[in-house]
Amino acid sequence: MIREFGLVEFLYLVSAMKWTLALSLLAFVCGGLLGLVVALLRVAPVAPLRWLAIAWIQTFQSTPLLMLLFLMFFGLALFGLSQDAFVSVTVALTCYASAYFGEIWRGAIQAVPQTQWQGSAALGFTFLEQMRHVILPQSVRIATPPTVGFMVQLIKNTSLASIIGFNELTYAAQYINNLTLKPILIYGTVGAMYFAVCFPLYLLSRRLEVKFRVDH
Amino acid sequence: MDGRPTPMDYTFQFSSVWVAMPRLLDGARLTILLSITTIVIGLFIGIVCALARTSGSRWLRWPAATYVEVIRNSPFLVQLFLIYFGLPSLGIRLDPIHAALIGMSVNCGAYATEIVRSGIDAIPRGQLEAARALGFPVPAIVRHVILFPALRAVFPALASQFILVMLGSAVISTISVEELTGVAHSVETENFRPFEVYLVVTGIYVTLAFALKVTFAGVDRFLFQTRGRA
Repeated sequence: MIREFGLVEFLYLVSAMKWTLALSLLAFVCGGLLGLVVALLRVAPVAPLRWLAIAWIQTFQSTPLLMLLFLMFFGLALFGLSQDAFVSVTVALTCYASAYFGEIWRGAIQAVPQTQWQGSAALGFTFLEQMRHVILPQSVRIATPPTVGFMVQLIKNTSLASIIGFNELTYAAQYINNLTLKPILIYGTVGAMYFAVCFPLYLLSRRLEVKFRVDH
Repeated sequence: MDGRPTPMDYTFQFSSVWVAMPRLLDGARLTILLSITTIVIGLFIGIVCALARTSGSRWLRWPAATYVEVIRNSPFLVQLFLIYFGLPSLGIRLDPIHAALIGMSVNCGAYATEIVRSGIDAIPRGQLEAARALGFPVPAIVRHVILFPALRAVFPALASQFILVMLGSAVISTISVEELTGVAHSVETENFRPFEVYLVVTGIYVTLAFALKVTFAGVDRFLFQTRGRA
């Protein structure tokens, strides 16, 4: 029986969107924490640590996210760690986001004038103290607009989770489409739902960019 | 107990992946072919829309801006489904490869538009005024004063976007295009070694990404660095 696309079907999509948002938020928090470590290693005063960070960033930036998802999905199960799609997706998105955040924040850290490093070094700060009290507070301003911008990428990319069978918005869309056979309506609606979340974020990132640029 | 493998009982086996290597490389060839076609079409769309986006007419600016924002703020996968499953219900039948090519090009075009536009915005106004004052014909202004310097300025950003296009093409396997990921999926369902297959395929993607990076660096040097900087 072919169903109509009514309120119930729409609400089903809305409830699936919860998972898209949860996944995005989780990937943002975990990826952000790991990304901060990557960024710090990337500018660390010890060369091998920097190489490690460069290798991490390069590897994940030149791997399709879909491959990461598959590797985590099959890999975690192989090593007896987890057979749960949600866990695999979260781990994959975390690695992916950490590489991009690491690179974005490296740029922000290095954009802080050299004199700030020298001044804080002259005061006898260690590397981590310099970061915590002098460099990071200043680079947050530079880093915020591209970070918000990357959030949009992250939210859109959670759609790939549907490919390994995690029930988020895009997966729900396929399910509803199979019931109603109205692809234009369903995928159009779902596209609009993503847009409703992503576009305000994009506008915010642009506003922040303009605001912070004026302040310089 | 529940038949779940523990870390100890799994032995990696790559031999069945090596056997499938010719097929995987065929898939990689299709990935390259589709990516290059997308890059060419996407760059063309990007240049046209960037000119529209920076033009004096609001009737050109608005449609271009809408196109860019709609595409950039919705997932590629949904766009792909809309094209592949949606267009046939309007009476337009597409085979997977053409649907993928349209989806990728439309997507790539939106990103290219934004990048080229930022290059155009960065051109000092004085340059344009000088060209006009010297009586350059419009096509010459567009070509030599707007596009060439704009593309030169943003070429590195375009190159990274194009690498993302190649990596993103993995997603088109979902509409059954037999590119690298599509072939990987077929191989994996035959030999039951998904992890090994995807590990090798990831290696192929990393190699392709590196090759593209080197190629674009060469193109940049050849096109933009040797012909004296303005």
